[in-house]
Amino acid sequence: MTRVTPGVVAVALAIAAFLLAFLVVPVATVVYTAFSNADGGFTLAHFSAFAGISLMRESFANSLYVAGMTVLFASLLAVPLAYLTVRFQFRGAVVIHTLGVLPLIMPAFVGAAAMQLLFGRSGSLNLVLNDIFGFTVPLMEGLNGVIFVETLHYFPFVLLNLAASLANIDTSMEEAGQNLGSSGFRLFRKIVLPLALPGYIAGASLVFIKVFDDLGTPLVLNVTNMLAPQAYLRVTSIGLEDPIGYVICVILVVFSIAAMGGSWWFVKRRDFAIQSRGGVSAPRRRLTRWQAVLAYGWIGAVLLLVLSPHLGLLLLSLSKVWSFTVFPEQFTLAHFATVFEDSTRMIYNTFLYCGLAALLDVVLGTAIAYLVLRTKLPGRQLLDHMVTVALAMPGLVLGIGYLRTFRGVELPFIGPLTASWLIFVLAYSVRRLPYALRSCMAALSQVHVSLEEAAENMGASRWRTVTRIVVPLMMGGILAGFVISFVTAAGEISETILLTSRESLAPMSYGIYLYMQSIAGRGPGAALGVIAVVLIGLGTWFSHRIVASRSPHDVPGEKA
Amino acid sequence: MLASRIAFAAALLAPALALADTVTVVTSFPKELTAAYKKAYEAKHPGDKLEILNKNTAAGIAYVREQPVGSRPEVFWASAPDAFEVLSSAKLLQKVDSGNPAIPDKVGSYPINDPDGLYKGQALAGYGIMWNTRYLAANKLPTPKEWADLAKPVYFSHVAVSSPSRSGTTHLTVETILQGEGWNKGWAQLLAISGNSAAITERSFGVPDGVSNGQFGIGLVIDFFGLAAKNSGMPVEFVYPSVTAIVPANIALVAGAKSPEGGKRFIQFALSEEGQMLLLQKDISRLPVMPTIYAKAPAGYPNPFSGSIQAKVNFDTELSESRYYVVVALFDQMITFRHKELAQATKAIWDAEKRLGGKASPQLDEARKLTFTPVVDDKQIADKALLALFKADKKDEAASKQKAKVEEEWASKAKANYARAVELANGAK
Repeated sequence: MTRVTPGVVAVALAIAAFLLAFLVVPVATVVYTAFSNADGGFTLAHFSAFAGISLMRESFANSLYVAGMTVLFASLLAVPLAYLTVRFQFRGAVVIHTLGVLPLIMPAFVGAAAMQLLFGRSGSLNLVLNDIFGFTVPLMEGLNGVIFVETLHYFPFVLLNLAASLANIDTSMEEAGQNLGSSGFRLFRKIVLPLALPGYIAGASLVFIKVFDDLGTPLVLNVTNMLAPQAYLRVTSIGLEDPIGYVICVILVVFSIAAMGGSWWFVKRRDFAIQSRGGVSAPRRRLTRWQAVLAYGWIGAVLLLVLSPHLGLLLLSLSKVWSFTVFPEQFTLAHFATVFEDSTRMIYNTFLYCGLAALLDVVLGTAIAYLVLRTKLPGRQLLDHMVTVALAMPGLVLGIGYLRTFRGVELPFIGPLTASWLIFVLAYSVRRLPYALRSCMAALSQVHVSLEEAAENMGASRWRTVTRIVVPLMMGGILAGFVISFVTAAGEISETILLTSRESLAPMSYGIYLYMQSIAGRGPGAALGVIAVVLIGLGTWFSHRIVASRSPHDVPGEKA
Repeated sequence: MLASRIAFAAALLAPALALADTVTVVTSFPKELTAAYKKAYEAKHPGDKLEILNKNTAAGIAYVREQPVGSRPEVFWASAPDAFEVLSSAKLLQKVDSGNPAIPDKVGSYPINDPDGLYKGQALAGYGIMWNTRYLAANKLPTPKEWADLAKPVYFSHVAVSSPSRSGTTHLTVETILQGEGWNKGWAQLLAISGNSAAITERSFGVPDGVSNGQFGIGLVIDFFGLAAKNSGMPVEFVYPSVTAIVPANIALVAGAKSPEGGKRFIQFALSEEGQMLLLQKDISRLPVMPTIYAKAPAGYPNPFSGSIQAKVNFDTELSESRYYVVVALFDQMITFRHKELAQATKAIWDAEKRLGGKASPQLDEARKLTFTPVVDDKQIADKALLALFKADKKDEAASKQKAKVEEEWASKAKANYARAVELANGAK
């Protein structure tokens, strides 16, 4: 721990100002608008108006229902998979790890369009079912479609968190239970379940928030009677003055913070510290023949489901005509040609916005990590907390907040802020900052402070120490943070839809949405989607490589 | 070090992003069309940059209204004439004097250009029925010809429509039916068609898209969606029913725009022979307003100037504009948001009809009446106070409250009617 110098204070103040301007104030504006009347006084009238509209009550119920059902189905998919990987010895583990990543590299709303063609009313599955058995399954009808698409997209959150917490359970705990005469379901209920629960709750609450706030998927599936689409519709068609839109935003924020706060409280309260860690890993049983059949069957079925949006998107991007048939009839590369002819600007914009946003994130992340872990600056934890709150902020709310707060703000060279490229960079960076910060914190906590002390003993200044010692040593974590910020921003749609004021400013995610709104555009939209998925997939793969290859004990190069 | 890199990157990129001489066009038109115009226009006027803001009509109006004078977009370009009425009555449009003399004043009896010169017809559009031939064959459905056909039991769950609140073109279709058939009969038809619908889609694109990929059998669409899909090889057909109106899709210069001269240049281009020819492109398939263009169109291309489309309805824009907000709100409260209940009531009625085999039944008549009667009748819609209430300023808190109350009344009445109709139809003897 080092002294607090004016430089440190200045950096901390700058970061605080940034967070205040682009996170706290916009959200506060939204909340203020929801609670204020025309003269600026306090009122609950907008909330009572909201409650008086049956459509709003219905949307509220639907959003809760969809989020709840998605958590349920995501758990049904993920729990058996997590248990299998951690507790059994078999070769499917690699497949399951892949399963955990595949859905996340495709933005949910992109998959939705392709799933319509596979599972929709006259989709491949229903055509086959109708042909053979004479019935169809309404998988994609109304709310079902949203639940189905979101489940396939978000179940990895449950899977990854639960697998991690199952893997952490010390065998000795179970052995102790067995020694005391417990076995079977009782052992599971008394020992395994409570120990694994924090991981599950963390994953499930994340799924709940993400689904509750999602805008793109319901819009692509034509579902409007949910909260996020209603807020979007009110604000875009009635205008930024419509108070109901802000009421919905407040509800989204409250639920997101409650879900996240609740899960933390739960994890904190129930976090059973396990004394002996490492050494003994969980017992991995061999599968019996029938268990193996069941396990591989389940994994195969889930893999097929998980791959279906990817496959559907690829087929759509290559098909000339796909109408009322199980598979497309004619194939073409023309859609990719169209995209490269008309929409290279969108691909460029995605790189620009997400690149700058990710850069900003790792700069801020590194600085905050340093302030929190290496200085005794009073109130430094506050920065960390503020960033963490961003994790619970729905993109829609931040987007509306930006439009409202920065309306009429003109910048030199850039022009109106809300109609400029800068607004995307800011919005993307604020919401991805928590990911980058976690990454940077982890990296910095693995750098031993004695290295910095050694440098300072040799007479290096604080700045020199940071740039020559700390940052190079953290580079693995910084890079990983950069990539995570970049890929999650590339697939973002909620803020993007709201903030895109002109086509030339649109990033790829908006382009996909826009293309998907016309008949001749379905193919190019899918082609752009394929490009986005490949980009995000590559990024994710690189970040895994970086994290895997850069262990904290690596010797850094001369210059990073 | 990193900070200076950001600054450097920003400095490098800023000039590429801040463009001079930009013509901004707010439009609801699909990307194929805007991309073709952008390319052709920028080739012709290399100094200008065409900037497209793709928004549906309602959001487009809201956007123009919210921009301060001086930073508004230059051009508004959309299908729905009433959108232009809304804009011109809000004094958001500016007169354009020049035009193309080869464009006639009228198509049929409908004026192509705004009499006050605030907006000009750029293309013509009719409304019609589009269907997927494979879907109809697979479900053994007859080919529809008129709106009334779609209100028949055989089409239950095979139709798709959009909501007028989200799509200006759908509002035109709805208003055309209401004007062509009269308020009460028109709503009866609309309610039955919507009851037969599998979905009320979020944007008007959702209908032609669903029909072309076979999700829906039949859809109510603006002609170019049907024609463009057909011309790009989809197994679909399109027909103009007799209750249709040929209405211009307009283009207008927005008042208080950044560069009005650029806006005028683009409007001039869109009305020129070059701009009109672009409309014939396969994936655009729109009807030009310049009659001589049709000589260069492929065989069988519909021509509204030659009488190949029968348009019985003389669209009354003023009437449409005066009740715009009420029609839109009414449609949403009775149909969009209560679609599940409406479809259940419709199904119950069709089932009862089948069961009774044409036998008269007072319960069934009552059920029909409850389901297919608008909650606002033709006398109430003529009420000036109601129309004024829906046009009131959003900031007027008392008016918004009153409006919300009225909407809520419609919604609960519609819901109760549908529920009662299901009971009656199920018990009909």
